[in-house]
Amino acid sequence: MSDQVVLLGTHVSMFAMRVKIALAEKGIQYEYKEENLMNKSPLLLQMNPIHKKIPVLIHNGKPVCESLIIVEYIDEVWKDKSPLLPSDPYKRAQARFWADYVDKKIYDGGKKIWTTKEEDQEAANKEFIEYLKVLEGELGDKPYFGGESFGFVDMALIPYYSWFPAYEKFGKFSIEAVCPKFVAWAKRCMQKESVSKSLYDPDKISDFVVMLRQRLGIA
Amino acid sequence: MTTSSVKLLGVWASPYVNRVEIALKIKSIESEFIQENMLNKSELLLKSNPVYKKIPVLFHDEKPICESLVILQHIDEAWPSGPSILPSDPYDRAIARFWASYIDEKWYPLIVDFTNAEGKEAKAAVLEKMSEGNLLLEEAFVKISKGKSFFGGDRIGYLDIVLGSLLGWVKVIEMMYEMKILDETKMPSLAEWDERFCMDNVVKDIIPQPEKLVEVYRKYINRKKATSN
Repeated sequence: MSDQVVLLGTHVSMFAMRVKIALAEKGIQYEYKEENLMNKSPLLLQMNPIHKKIPVLIHNGKPVCESLIIVEYIDEVWKDKSPLLPSDPYKRAQARFWADYVDKKIYDGGKKIWTTKEEDQEAANKEFIEYLKVLEGELGDKPYFGGESFGFVDMALIPYYSWFPAYEKFGKFSIEAVCPKFVAWAKRCMQKESVSKSLYDPDKISDFVVMLRQRLGIA
Repeated sequence: MTTSSVKLLGVWASPYVNRVEIALKIKSIESEFIQENMLNKSELLLKSNPVYKKIPVLFHDEKPICESLVILQHIDEAWPSGPSILPSDPYDRAIARFWASYIDEKWYPLIVDFTNAEGKEAKAAVLEKMSEGNLLLEEAFVKISKGKSFFGGDRIGYLDIVLGSLLGWVKVIEMMYEMKILDETKMPSLAEWDERFCMDNVVKDIIPQPEKLVEVYRKYINRKKATSN
């Protein structure tokens, strides 16, 4: 019996990118549908009526929502290859804790950089760098957050790397200058095909942010 | 078989700590409770949860685990032989995790928003959102429980713990503001589930009585007033 897997997403969404990486790691064939969030499809509204957000994974007609929940689901269903979470319970707990930290801090921290007023720019940049520093601390000397191999936390975080040029453009700062360790980790992740094929073109993301800022009346 | 050492750092009034206590009880895990003082945080707390400096923190063989939902899943996975907390089917697990996230990130914060909203209009606006959320939870319960007593089926499970742990504080707000949040006329299934949950053996000595929580709440309000004056 073959599985039918559909992913609803947008090209720019770091949350959709997480799921793309997970599906690529597992070698799962799927159909991708690009959503227009200004004109949400009936399918999206039907599959995620509560939040009306992407990504949504539709597996044999049944929807799974929320990117990290989708990644854990993918790991549990397609459990025979390329584990995405560690097998040791304590390490799994640490992986979940840090992926949750990324969710709590990085999206809003990044968004502040390109939405904030000029007088608050420096504070917004500083706050974002502080979060990256905490993550650098957790990474330590390991090649990946998962240890020797790419894992759950790496997957949760790496999509933001495609947004860094946009953050740097509007924040008028260099992330690599302050967080070289973080950028080194990101470049290491980008060497994996599942990652490089799943992240969107940073230039196109910058163009998208320009458009969003106009729409939000910021620029 | 070697027994693990398990310690729980927390405060009796915290619903997030109560979640962990319930999970430990379900698995019949012996643990030491270390009372924290949130107004004067201990070295232990600051060292074991430097990121958030919050409770609960579970120490499993001296190794700290933070964030209640992470702890619940850890307890389930580290003690696989006891009654299971999360469902076994991956899809059911995804649904349970989805609603747990909804409860913690959308539903409960609305109740907090309500207490902070100033003026009748602001409060009414939050109340409307709360009504919508309550209906969603009622529908979710009916769908997930499939006619059984709990979200988890015949026994209390992950989602029961996540929502049920908050019921003490929901009742405090109901008492303080003379209103009904878990209204049995609008949420009949959940209202019945509420009673069953609170009476269950693994819960009844853990969730504090609303009257005791009201005292904690009053002290909190007074402190807030004192610092803002």
